[in-house]
Amino acid sequence: MAAVRTRSERALNRVAIAAVLVITLIFLAPIYWITSTAFKPRNLATTIPPTIVFQPEVSPFVKLFAKRSQLRERPTPEHYAAAPWWERLVFDGGEKVVRSGRGEVQLSGYPSRFMNSLIVAITSTVLAVGMGTFTAYGFSRFKVKGEADLLFFILSTRMLPPVVVAIPMFLMYRAVGLNDTHWGLIILYTAFNLSFSVWLMKGFIDEIPKEYEEAALVDGYTRMQAFFKIVIPEAATGIAATAVFCFITAWNEYAFALIMTNRRAQTAPPFIPSQVGSGLPDWTVIAAGTFLFLLPVAIFTFLLRNHLLRGMSFGAIRK
Amino acid sequence: MATVVMTSLDSKSRAFSRGLSDIKIRNLFIVPTILFLIIFNIFPLIYSLGYSFTDFRASTNAPANFVGLRNYRELLNDPFIWSNFAITAKYVIVSVAGQVIVGFGTAMLLNRDIPFKGLLTTLLLLPMMLSMAVVGLFWKLLYDPSFGIINHALGFGRFEWLSNPDMALYAVAITDIWMWSPFVMLLSLAGLSAVPKHLYEAAAIDRAGPFYTFFRITLPLVAPILMIAIIFRTMEAFKTFDLAYILTSQPTTEVISIRLYKMAFQEWQTGRSCALAYIVLIMVLAITNIYVKYLNKVKER
Repeated sequence: MAAVRTRSERALNRVAIAAVLVITLIFLAPIYWITSTAFKPRNLATTIPPTIVFQPEVSPFVKLFAKRSQLRERPTPEHYAAAPWWERLVFDGGEKVVRSGRGEVQLSGYPSRFMNSLIVAITSTVLAVGMGTFTAYGFSRFKVKGEADLLFFILSTRMLPPVVVAIPMFLMYRAVGLNDTHWGLIILYTAFNLSFSVWLMKGFIDEIPKEYEEAALVDGYTRMQAFFKIVIPEAATGIAATAVFCFITAWNEYAFALIMTNRRAQTAPPFIPSQVGSGLPDWTVIAAGTFLFLLPVAIFTFLLRNHLLRGMSFGAIRK
Repeated sequence: MATVVMTSLDSKSRAFSRGLSDIKIRNLFIVPTILFLIIFNIFPLIYSLGYSFTDFRASTNAPANFVGLRNYRELLNDPFIWSNFAITAKYVIVSVAGQVIVGFGTAMLLNRDIPFKGLLTTLLLLPMMLSMAVVGLFWKLLYDPSFGIINHALGFGRFEWLSNPDMALYAVAITDIWMWSPFVMLLSLAGLSAVPKHLYEAAAIDRAGPFYTFFRITLPLVAPILMIAIIFRTMEAFKTFDLAYILTSQPTTEVISIRLYKMAFQEWQTGRSCALAYIVLIMVLAITNIYVKYLNKVKER
């Protein structure tokens, strides 16, 4: 096929390359725009025409982390000239971070929400992948009565709309005091990710030859030892890929977090939109919060790009 | 061959005498997961089935009264609920159609000899890895009528995307298309790469035109996997909550999940909302059934 290349075929290919590049640029533009807004001084965030070229600033990030009430002081030109460079960085639109009485800047709500997101996403990922790996091994290596039905049951738990499950969960959590706690969200996200983890891990474990463990059993290992010393290391990349998928899902979840938390255990997805308010929002600060929130997912996407196809189409295209 | 079987039997019987038996290990590995999923998925559903026959309100301490099928009867006779379903259906059709056109089109382009194909595919995956709530938030900035980059780029002036009731649902769908076309693209790409090359060679020898090749070879062979992508996206779009809720609060974008959320957590009509949740659940199960049926059909090939 490649050998018989006509001139029109090559021209067509060039058009396709150009089209793909344009599509990619259009798809990345929104992400570029939010990232660049995160580094803009406030007065350039909402200009018409939009500002493309500007001097990047870190002031949106400073404002993101500092309590709003401490962003009042207006610097005079002398004040500005006398300030050390790191303070100059945060001068913006006449605002400057003012140190509180105790000599420290008080933190805004964002860092704690970010930490909550980390705690909930990491813990639920460890639980879902751990349980999922055991269960997948069980299904992969042993005869299970009604295996297909059980696997379908596991998958079906992911098909329910979150809002449908959220109403009874809210009532149950309120009754047992799990509302607005880290564990409340962790349990929900574990349940949500478990089905996915079982299906994905079963695919990975099915591909490890049974003979490996059988050889180990002959060598005098117990089944448990064979599982931990042979199967787990062989499945390591699969476990890593599954973990990242579970992490991203838990990290991005919104509906449950909105319903089940309000202050103590609130994660970033319901918090960031709640900061828009009704007046003129400071889009640079919102963009900074968004940018930091997207960063882990963007990094994982690049690290795990080769596993993405398989994960995203889990079960759907499996034989 | 016989020796392999012998060894495997032998090792199994020896493992049986050492440590835990295989059956115990199997149960230890599988039962906790099944129990966990029953407790946190099935039990809540049974719990809410009970409430769906009552007039319970979670905001008051008043005891729940049994009202029989009244909640269901009223909901099914409520034209507003049906309009929520109609909005959801419209949203599903527009956004899934858009994703198929953009996603499949991009996959067709990427299926050629494209330099940096891997990198471009990875870059295109980024939107679907993001949080829908946060995506909704930053698209609000992009859609802004006075300083949004979209109006500026398209030269639309002060076009209202989100506050115009006729446009808002399409604006939400456009954002959804941006987010999920890459998913359709990924599956289509997998399908396209599985089409045997010799079919195209045979078509080239027969001097078949590009249209004939596309409709007689490419499309029929990619159809099953494309269908799976469509069913998958339909299910997801039917559940939509975050994107529409964050982007706009128009009555014309009130999909069924938003109606359900408002009924349960703003109006605190807990019993009624449990009944609505069940109606939605039955619809999801119906869609899921189609999905599984199709999945089995594809497996048989």
